[in-house]
Parts: sequence; C-alpha cells; structure tokens
Amino acid sequence: MTTNNNRNLGMPLDLDWVMGARVNRSAVERRTASLPKRRSIKREWQAAWLLRAITCIDLTTLSGDDTPGKVKRMCAKARQPVRPDMLDALGVEGQDITVGAVCVYPIRIKDAVEALIGTDIPVASVATGFPAGQTPLPQRIGEIEQAIEAGAREIDIVITRTHVLTGNWQALYDEVKQFRETCGSVAHMKTILATGDLGTLKQIYQASLVAMMAGSDFIKTSTGKEKLNATLEFGLVMVRAIREYWERTGFKVGFKPAGGISKAKQTLAWQALMKEELGVEWLMPNLFRIGASSLLTDLERQLYHYISGHYAARHHMPMG
Amino acid sequence: MEISQIFKTMEYGPAPESPAAANAWLDEHQREFGLFINNQYITPGEAQYYPSYDPSTGEKLADTVQAGQQEVDAAVAAARKAFKTWSETPGLIRARYLYAIARNIQKHHRLLAVLESMDNGKPIRESRDIDVPLLARHFYYNAGWAQLMETELQDYRPVGVVGQIIPWNFPLLMLAWKIAPAIAMGNTVVLKPASYTRLTALLFAEVVAEAGLPPGVINIVTGSSKAGTMIVTHPDIDKIAFTGSTEVGRILRRQTAGSGKKLSLELGGKSPFLVFEDADLDSAIEGVVDAIWFNQGQVCCAGSRLLVQENVASRFIHKLKERMKHLRVGSPLDKAIDIGAIVDQTQWNTIDGWVKTGTKEGGELFQPDIEMPDRGCFYPPTLITGLNPAAQTVQEEIFGPVLVSLTFRTPSEGIALANNTRYGLAASVWSENINLALDVASKIKAGSVWINSTNLFDAASGFGGYRESGFGREGGREGLFEYLRPVWQERPRPDFDLSTADEAQSGWGAHTPSRPIMRTDGKANGDFSPHVDRTPKMYIAGKQVRPDGHYTQAVIDPKGELVGQVGDGNRKDIRDAVEAAHAAHTAKPGWAMRHGYNRSQILYFIAENLDARRDEFARRIRAMTGRSLKSAQAEVEQSVKRLFTYAAWADKFGGTLQETTLHGVTVAVNEPIGVIGIACPDENPLLGFVSLMAPAIARGNTVIMLPSEKYPLSATDFYQVLDTSDVPPGVVNIITGDRDHLVKTLIQHEDVDSVWYFGTAEGSYHVEYESAANMKRTWVSYGIQRDWLDPVQGEGHEFLHEATQVKNIWVPTGE
Repeated sequence: MTTNNNRNLGMPLDLDWVMGARVNRSAVERRTASLPKRRSIKREWQAAWLLRAITCIDLTTLSGDDTPGKVKRMCAKARQPVRPDMLDALGVEGQDITVGAVCVYPIRIKDAVEALIGTDIPVASVATGFPAGQTPLPQRIGEIEQAIEAGAREIDIVITRTHVLTGNWQALYDEVKQFRETCGSVAHMKTILATGDLGTLKQIYQASLVAMMAGSDFIKTSTGKEKLNATLEFGLVMVRAIREYWERTGFKVGFKPAGGISKAKQTLAWQALMKEELGVEWLMPNLFRIGASSLLTDLERQLYHYISGHYAARHHMPMG
Repeated sequence: MEISQIFKTMEYGPAPESPAAANAWLDEHQREFGLFINNQYITPGEAQYYPSYDPSTGEKLADTVQAGQQEVDAAVAAARKAFKTWSETPGLIRARYLYAIARNIQKHHRLLAVLESMDNGKPIRESRDIDVPLLARHFYYNAGWAQLMETELQDYRPVGVVGQIIPWNFPLLMLAWKIAPAIAMGNTVVLKPASYTRLTALLFAEVVAEAGLPPGVINIVTGSSKAGTMIVTHPDIDKIAFTGSTEVGRILRRQTAGSGKKLSLELGGKSPFLVFEDADLDSAIEGVVDAIWFNQGQVCCAGSRLLVQENVASRFIHKLKERMKHLRVGSPLDKAIDIGAIVDQTQWNTIDGWVKTGTKEGGELFQPDIEMPDRGCFYPPTLITGLNPAAQTVQEEIFGPVLVSLTFRTPSEGIALANNTRYGLAASVWSENINLALDVASKIKAGSVWINSTNLFDAASGFGGYRESGFGREGGREGLFEYLRPVWQERPRPDFDLSTADEAQSGWGAHTPSRPIMRTDGKANGDFSPHVDRTPKMYIAGKQVRPDGHYTQAVIDPKGELVGQVGDGNRKDIRDAVEAAHAAHTAKPGWAMRHGYNRSQILYFIAENLDARRDEFARRIRAMTGRSLKSAQAEVEQSVKRLFTYAAWADKFGGTLQETTLHGVTVAVNEPIGVIGIACPDENPLLGFVSLMAPAIARGNTVIMLPSEKYPLSATDFYQVLDTSDVPPGVVNIITGDRDHLVKTLIQHEDVDSVWYFGTAEGSYHVEYESAANMKRTWVSYGIQRDWLDPVQGEGHEFLHEATQVKNIWVPTGE
C-alpha cells in the first residue's frame, strides 16, 4: 500500500539551512485563514475528494482502554469504511476503497495484523516512548524492533522535544537517523514533531527539516495528546518545509496531520492546503495521511448527504 | 463529471454562488434604475440610459440613468435641504442612524456581495469576506465618531454638502470610505458611482432607505464624467472627495481651484513590495499574491513593483512562478477562484497594451499555463522580470494583474528604488529583522506601509497618499478632518470671478523688477549725516546672499515714506532656496530626523532671541505699518507666545496608535510634508510670518518663506534671530520681492511638496490650479484674512494638520 519509489534517503545535517529558516507567524495565519475560503469544493468534486480523504486516513485508536475486540472492530471498518450501497451510488464500487492504515499501540499490533489478513492495509504502530518520548534511547529503539517483529509496516515515532527546545539539532538528527535505520527497508517511518509542545513556528520548520534530513518518510504534526493538535498553521509550516526539501534534494516526504480532525470541512481544508502548497501527488495515501478516529463517520455522513440530498443520522453509519 | 474520475485526478470543480436573489432584485426593478434622491428613485422625463454589464459574461445586467444638470441640481438641492437639519441633529441620533445602516448592511451582506461581484467581476470570496464586511465596519466605526464629535471635535463643524466621486474597483468599499465619515460629521452627500459599476450603490441606497435615514442625507446620482463635472463645479457644493486616477485628480484640482471648496484626492500608485534576504520568503510569496492579484490587480495601492534583494532574487522568482501556476482564474461567482474578471474590455486593452510595452522594453514575460475561461473579460496573472527603473512599465500604473520586478543590493538602495516614483500610496516591507523593517517603513514615502503583510485595511486607520497619489486621508480620526472645518471659519466664498481665471493666468505673477524711487521732497537722507544703509539680502542656507537679479524693492510706509529696501527676488533665488531646503533634509542629521526635543529647543531659542529684541521689532512694525507702538508691541508679544506654542508642539504631535482589527500594532505617524513654500499675509508682518513658519519647522519641514510683500522688514530683521538660535542652515529660507511672482515659481517647482498662500483670492486660484502639476498640497486663504492675534484662528491643530501628513505603519505581531 505504502509505495514510494523515491524513498527519502536523508542527507547530512545541514545546519546553515536549518538556521536560515524564517517563519512569520502572522503571515502564516493570514494564509491559513484565506486558503480554505479560496478553495470551496462542492457537489461531485466534494464527494470524490472526501472519498480520497478516506483512503488517506490512518484509522487510529491509542487509548488505555484499547482491547483486541476494539481493534478488530476498527479493522473491520478499515476494510469497509463506506457502506457498499453508498459506494454503488457513488459509482466507485470497484475502486477498493479502504483507509490508508490502522494505527495502534505496539501491544495491539498483532490483533490488527490478524484482523487485516487478506487486505493490503498496513498496520502502523506508535513507538519510541509515545507520546512523550521521555524514555531512554535503547528502549525506544527496542520498541521499533519489537513493533516490526509484531508485523507493523509503518512506525510513527515521537521525537525528543527537548532537543528542539534547546536547539540541539545534532542530537535530534542523530536520534531520528537511528530510528530510521532501525526501521530499515521493512517499515516506513513517520516522525511526530508534537508541534503543540514546540515553542515557535520557526522551530517547527527547523524540526521538520532535521527530521527529513535524518530520513523520515513522513513528518507528522501531533500525537493527539498535546494541548494543541494539528492546526492549519502547523501544517502550512511543515508542508512548506517539505516543499523546500523536495526542491533541494528531489525527495518527496509525506505529511500527516493528526489530532483534532473530526469534520469533513476540516478535511477539505487540509486537502486544499496539500494541493495548493505541494500538488496533487500529495493528496494520495503514499504522501498524505490523516490521523483520525471519529472523522470517518462524518465523511460517510457527508457522502450520504451528497447521494440522498438528506442530512444523515450518525447511527445509520456502521461503527468502527 | 464522474466521481471515480475526479477521485483519480483530484481536480477542482465549480463552486458557484447563486445569483438568484440579485437577479430577482434587478428584475423587480425591470432592470432599469433612476437616480436616488431624497430616498426615492427619480427618473427624468427624457432620461438617457447607460448599460451595466457583467464583465465575466458580457451580459447586460441593467440600465441606469445618465444624470443631466437638472438632476444634479435636484440632488444638490436635496442634500442642501437635508443639511440644515442633519447638521443640527444630535451626535447620538446620527450615531444611531449610522449604526442602523451598519446593521442593515450586515442583514443584506450576501446580496450586496453577489451583486458587487456580478457588476464588477471581482471574486465572490473578496466581496463576501473583504469588501462588504469593511463596508459595515466603516459605518460602525463612524457611528462612534458621530456621537463623540460633540466632545472630541468641539472646535469643528461640518463642511456642508459634499460631492463624492468614486471608482469602479471597489464600488461599495469606496462608497463606505466616502459616505460614512461625511454623514457622521453632519454633512450630506451627493455621490456619483463609476460608470462601469453603478448597481451596488443603488442597492446600498435601498439598504439605507430601509434603515430609515432621513431623505436627502445620501443621494446617489449615476452619470458620466459630465455629471461628475457638474457636481465638481456646482456652486452649492462645499467639498469634493474623489478616488480615481491621478490624471482625473489633476483635472478636479484645476476645476475646483480658487472656489473655496475643500478637496481630497485619493489617486494612483505604483507601490513597492520589498523583500529582504531575511524575509520568510514563502510568506512573502503569499504577500505578493495578495498585493497584485487581489481584485485582479485593479487596486490603487496594489504592490505592483516587486523589489527583491539580489541574493535571494532567483529563489524568490522561482517560488513566485511556481505559486502562479496554482492561481485559478474564473467566474467571479465561483467560490474556488483567485482571480475574477477585468472590469471592462477597455481596461483589458490598457493592461494588455502595458504588457506588450513591458516586453518591448526588454522585460521577460511570465504567464503561467493555467486554465482560462473561454469567454468574458479575463487576464492571466502576469510577471515581468528583468526591467529597469527607466522602463515605463516600472514607472506607470498598469491597474491590472501585472507585476514588474527589480532587484536591489542594500537596504538603502532598496529604499531609494522604492521612492523612485512620482507616487506614494503604499508599500509592503518583508523582513524578519524588526530594526530593518521599521527603519525602511520610516523612510518610504507612502501613506500606508505594511510590514510582513499587504493590503490591510480598516476603518480605524487612515488611507491616503504622499506625492501624486493625492492628499487627504480616509479612515481613522485623521480622515474626519476632510469633512470638518474650524467652527470660526465660514465656507470661503472667494471674491474672484472664476470665469476670468484663464485670461488672468497669463498676467498673474508677472513682475518687472523695480527701479529707484527718488525722494520727491528733494531732501537729503538724514538730518546731519546719512543713515548707514542696511539693505538686507536674501536668506538662503543660513547665509545672506545677494539677490540673483541684483534688483531692489522699496518698502514704503502708509504715508508714502521710504522705510527701507529689500532684495527683489526672482525664480533663481527660489530655486536656490528650494535646494537649500532640501539640503537641510539630507544633512546629517536631517531636520526631520532630529528629535522633537531638539526642534523644540531651537524654537524656544528663537523665542528667547526675539523676546530680547522685542522693542526693535515693535518699532519696525510701527515704522512700516504706521500702527501704534502698543499694537506693534502686542504683535511681537504674541509672536513670542506663538513660538512657545510650537516649541511645545514640536514633541507632542507624533501620531497615535490606531485601534484596527490587526493582531499587532498599527501606528499613525504624523510625518512632515517635506519642503513647504509659504507666502505670508500682509496683515501682522511679524506675527503672520511666525505663525506660519513655526508650525512648519516644529513638525520637521523646511521652508521657503515669502514675507509680507508690503512689510517685509520684520522677516528680514528675523535673519539675525535665526542666526543666533542654532537653526541649521536651510531650515528657514527667506526670499523677499513680489509675492505672487515668487509664489508662481514655487507652485510650479516640482520639488516643492506644499505651498501655503495667504494672499489674494486670485492668487489662491492660481496656487491651487498650478499645484496640479505635481499634485502638491496647498493651503490658501482665498483672500480672506484671519485674526492672527486670536489664538483660536492663529494657531493650533489646523496648522499642525497642514504641516504634516499621516503615514500608517501596520506591524503584525506574533511568533
């Protein structure tokens, strides 16, 4: 599922580039305020875009009360995210529409892998001391190894925020590079910056660059556990860093906003952001993921509205 | 289109806003509209009509009337009648009316926005999210001023009936800028919308009528430029406010010259957009989009001259071209486009002509390969690189989606290039270095400077130009003064027949140098020995210099006795004085760059030295004017006081913090105008001179003073006062001679920024008329004297206002 022929190989840490970063918050805010209003997506286009968004969802459960049963139910939804009658009505019944991945804690990987047998849906696992990253390095690396062993093919790592906050870019680079090496050729790595924990937009831009230089396949906004989740401002800064990195190195790094995205309208804004700042390629699941749990139901309801012209009841959409 | 297809291509589709309500409104009026006078539609008997088109389709929307003289007269009469009661209406009541209008605008928000986009071609996103919200905002903001006027602006009163002429690029927003402050201050208005875009003004009129505004307060007269001229030249109009091209602004300046009508002009621009190497380049790119592709670039303050620091220029231009590929051009009612339709084919042709000129001038043209509508009046976003300041396309306003770019090496070169223009409306400065950004903002000659942002507007901040971008401000407290005059002042009715103006022009200001005046009594000079001859020269750059023409003029007292002689100046003396006045600005530190503290010290010192010589100055006034010694002493005494007044004001009129909607700081800086030529009145030869010089220099201007022609010796005696008071050379220059002859050279001098003229009605006409050449500011007396001894008339805010121009600097904050 996650295929990227041009996987980011990383590069030596370029501190001049990192230190030259400039981000103007108010200008970023103006851009994110105007962008969704410049790109209204309606009717069949909206339906198609929302379907596309579904294929980009990392359907996630990361709670203390996760059980095998809960994970299995979610995986069933991941296989069949939209009711078959609705897919028929939309004329996309043959498109094999599934979510992008399911995302769980390491201990639940096996449940998910079993539940997804016979599909191409990869299992993603958080690792490296998720969510705070305040765990000794060997354990964090061990988590990656165990996750891969358990069958995860995507690893969502968290960075040590301390390195960003203290400007220790070398340490951040070294850490992420080690994680990436541990993922090897088996698993793709998404690097969670935990943007809500970082001090400034400039630091987010710098951390994005360092994470990409260290070989991340994706950069991701949040764990979902910070006070401030994925905002369009964070996203804009990160995708601009992705664009700059792509222009300079030729490597296409993916982007995953996560946390707080629960409505179709938000999703369309994120998609418009990706298309405007990076291009259509970054709307596809190999370069774009949305970390979410309840979002899927809202997307389904909007699709139902498109089909029927009626506003949909939540309880008519099968639970995940 | 198939969903399965879009699912793969992920393209955008149309997202149309419905025109149903707007069409219904047009249909209900049978798509034919009269003039809105006294809250009613008036259709003249033999009305001529003019069509309004939707520029995106070419379809006709409706017909509107071409007003003639009779209709203009009727509208002005309605406004005049309403003025009597409206100007007497308590501020709180006026505030409630403005508040009701603002509320009503919000109630009809979408209809106004949709019709605006249909008539003008601008994207619905802009009319919906920017134009109409600001329309409401201006009425809310000015509702507040209507109420506060009674306490905060006690020394002022409304000017009367105001004629307002607005352009087609922001039909509703320009209407708001004009009408809201005018009626808030108790004036009544006759507004003429632009020919291309008349419909929303009429819809607005209905919104106003629904809100219950008394009849005659707002009148909307549609018509051609002929109707515009009828309004401008109407004798019962007290003020003209205009937004439009500099070319038309010049015509209006000439048409109103000498009439005693107040005038404010908001004209063209070629505003610089400076990107420094340490800017957030990605954000600056979005700034460019907002600067030149907002409203199809048909924006007077559009950032149309991109100036990029050389070491980041190629990266920046690359990013810009990539960004341009994402711009979407399409139907104005599509909610997913960036650029709508050009207002009219004529404008399209003008734009295209400029683009062709740009390539002929050696520019490299870039237009992205994007989808364009197959019909309608659309122009692609355009970038022309590789041009030089010498290119016409770099100097002239294109008024379309066309950006020209240049590079600079250093901040000082960037500033120099930014100021290398006849215009001065706005500027945008991008840098993450606050020291650099604020320094550049202070040095750019423009009325609005946006740091790390562009095209920000709010009712709480004044908008208006430096140089040939016009004068007067719209918005903020500073904008109110365009619609006010001091309570003591009557509407000037100059005693001058305008119909003789052209003929008189040839003769006005002509001067034959003077000849010796022989004593008629045949006596010798002095009783026993001749007086030591003491004939002052000119005072230029802090030195006394012989008049260039080597001619001398006699000063005669009322009895016909020779009191003294002064140099008879000519145009070269003026030239030299203007050079000196400029040198005083470029000196280190320049006069305007000195602290107010320093300037106040110098003014106090002048006062001190004048006071020390009070008897001598009093005797001189008595000798020249024949007035009593007591009266002369009073004049000297008042002159010393006046110097104290402006020493006080030298560090207390710097500006204000504007409470705009920006998250950040908007600062209104009262900047000096620059170089001011001042022709002094004959009454009160010393006090008149001091009352005009002192506010000008207190606020950082340098001056060329033309003293009273009849009684110039108080000014020439002043040389020594200035010499002993640490006044830097060139700050005050004094040229004696034939006042009108000298002022003619000053007003025609294109490097003089303002002329104050306290002389005849005829002279006032010529000063205003000639000022149009470089759109310099003027302040004239229309031959009407004021009581210089009375502090209400002779000093204060009116003088400070004339000595300054407001620059609003927008500084967004947040890290």
